[in-house]
Amino acid sequence: MANTDNSVIAKGAIEPGCAKVDPILVADNVTRQFGGNLAVNVAHLEIPRGKITALIGPNGAGKTTLFNLLTGFDKPNTGTWNFEGKNLAGVAPHRVARWGMVRTFQLTKALSLLTVIDNMRLGAQNNPGEGFFKAFVKPLWAKQEQEITERADVLLKRFKLDAKREDYAAALSGGQRKLLEMARALMSDPKLVMLDEPMAGVNPALTQSLLDHIKGLKDNGTTVLFVEHDMHMVRHISDWVVVMAEGKIVAEGPPADVMKNQAVIDAYLGAHANDDLGTVSIDAIKEGN
Amino acid sequence: MDFAQIFNLTAGELIGVFTAAYALCALGLAMHFGYTGLLNFGQAAFAALGAYGYAFATLNLHWNMWGSFAFGILCAAVFALILGIPTLRLRADYLAIVTIAAAQALYYAFGTSQFAAVTGGSNGLSEFGTDFYGYNPIPAGRYNLGIITLSADEIWIRIVAWGLVAVVAVLLVILTRSPWGRALKGIREDEDAVRSLGKNVFVYKMQSLVLGGVIGSLGGIVFVLSSQTNQPSTWVSNFTFMTWTVLLLGGAATILGPIVGSAVFFMFLMFTQTFLEGLVNIGALPFLSIAQVGQIRYLLVGLFLMLLVIFRPQGFFGNKKEMQFNG
Repeated sequence: MANTDNSVIAKGAIEPGCAKVDPILVADNVTRQFGGNLAVNVAHLEIPRGKITALIGPNGAGKTTLFNLLTGFDKPNTGTWNFEGKNLAGVAPHRVARWGMVRTFQLTKALSLLTVIDNMRLGAQNNPGEGFFKAFVKPLWAKQEQEITERADVLLKRFKLDAKREDYAAALSGGQRKLLEMARALMSDPKLVMLDEPMAGVNPALTQSLLDHIKGLKDNGTTVLFVEHDMHMVRHISDWVVVMAEGKIVAEGPPADVMKNQAVIDAYLGAHANDDLGTVSIDAIKEGN
Repeated sequence: MDFAQIFNLTAGELIGVFTAAYALCALGLAMHFGYTGLLNFGQAAFAALGAYGYAFATLNLHWNMWGSFAFGILCAAVFALILGIPTLRLRADYLAIVTIAAAQALYYAFGTSQFAAVTGGSNGLSEFGTDFYGYNPIPAGRYNLGIITLSADEIWIRIVAWGLVAVVAVLLVILTRSPWGRALKGIREDEDAVRSLGKNVFVYKMQSLVLGGVIGSLGGIVFVLSSQTNQPSTWVSNFTFMTWTVLLLGGAATILGPIVGSAVFFMFLMFTQTFLEGLVNIGALPFLSIAQVGQIRYLLVGLFLMLLVIFRPQGFFGNKKEMQFNG
C-alpha cells in the first residue's frame, strides 16, 4: 500500500514549488488566462525524474490546462519550461512528443476507424514510410514496419489487447480504449508519459492491471506524471503528489504526508476523505460532524 | 424508340473522356476527404487551373505537351499551397468555406474581360491540343469499336485519359496502404491524437491537399483536351458538386469507388437523357419537352443520391465500418 520508493526526491524543504534532486521537467511562471479567469498560475514546478508523480486537485483547478500548456497543445500567456534542459516554450506539440514527452487525453482519443494494430503502429517514431516520397517504395520501410509491428504486438499482449488486434478501435470498450491510448503512447519509448485521468471509466477489474502497467513503466525508467481523482490509485502508486487549486500549486510531497495536509483536505479531499462512506451516516455529514 | 442506340450511347459513356476526367477529380477528392478528412468544396478550381495552365503554357509560352502538363499541375499545386497555409491550421470547416469562396473567385476571374489576353475572357481558350494530338500513333480515320465508332483522335484522348486514371489509381493504392496513408487516416479520425504521437499534422494535410489538387488538375486538363476548348462556364460550382456526387456514389475512402462512381454517374445521365427523349418523341410524356429532359435528369440524379444515402451510405465500394456520409 505504502510508497515503496524511499529515495530522496526533494532537494531541501518540502513546500509547494520546491526544488528536486533530479528534475526532468522544470516550469517557471506559467500562466494561462481565459477571459477574466486565471486558469493556470504556476510560479515554479519541478517533476522528479524516474518517479511517478500525481497531479491532483478539484475540478477546474487547471490540471488539464497545465497538461495542454506543457505539451504545446495550448499557448500560455507567460512562462517558460524546459524538459531535460531543453526549452519547450513555444515548441509545437508534435516536436514535444518527438523529444520524448508523450501525453494521453482525458477524453480518450483512440483513432476509431483505424484498427487497433494500426493505432499502435502510428505511435512509433522515425518510420521512414511516413514520409511522402519514401512511402512509394515499400523496400525502404518494410523492415522498419516489421520491427514496429513486433513491438506493437508485445505491447498489445502486455495490455491484453492482442485479441482485438484487427478490430477497429471504435469497437473497443471505454476502458480498452484507455488501455490502447496508453499502449500507443508507449510505442515511442517516451522519457516522460503524461496521463490525463487514466482511470476514468475503467472498470475495477482493469484498474489493478492498469496500475501495474504504470508501475511497470517506472521500473523501465520512464517518468510518469498523471492527473487522477481516484485517491486510492494516487496513494497506491505515486511517489510524489502535487496538489493544484484555482490554478496554483498549493501543496506537494509524498502521498501520505499530502493527504494529511489541512490545506489539501480543505480544498479537495473533504473532511471525510479517509472514511469509508458506507460507515458514515449521511446525517452526520449533513450536520457537519 | 431506338433501344439499340440508347444502349450504345449509354455504354459509350463507360469509356467516355468526361467519365475519366470526373474520375480523376473525384480521386483527388477521395485523397482529400476520404483519406484525410479535408473538406474541399473547390475541386472545380483545381481542375480549372490545370486546364487554364495547360492552355496558357501552350498558347502564350509556346511550350510542348509535356511542359504544358507540368505547368497546369504546377498552377494547381501553388493554389493548394496558397489555400492551405492559412486554413490548414484551423478547424476543418474553414477549409470548406475558403475553398468554395476561392473557387468562385477564380471562376469570375477567368470569365472577366479584364484578363482576356491571358484567359480569353468569357469565350475561353481553344486550339491548344495540336501538340497533344501530334503524339497520336493511331492512323487517322474512323474506327468501329463494336458499340461505338470513334475517330483516331477520340481514341487517343480516351487512351491517355484512362491511362492517367489507371496510373493515379495505382499510385494512390500504394500511398494509402503505406505508413504515410495510415498517418493521414489517423488525422481524419483525430488530429490532436496524431499530433500527440509526434507527427507534423500540418505537413501531412498540406501534402494531401496538394496531391489531391494536382490529381484534380489532371482531370481538368483531360476534360478540355478532348474538345480543345476551355470555357470558363465549365468551372462553375456545379462541377465541384458533381465531383462530390461521383465520389460519394462510389465510396469516399476507396480508390475504385470514384472510378466506378463516375462511370455509373455518366451512364445514368446518358441513359435518362436518351430514354426520356425517346419517350417524349413517341408522345408518352406530353407534359415534357425535349429541352426539359436535360434538366429533369439532374432531378433524377438527386433522387438517386437520396436513395443511396438512405440505403447505402458508404457508397458502392465503401466499407460500412470505415467511411460513411456522416464522415
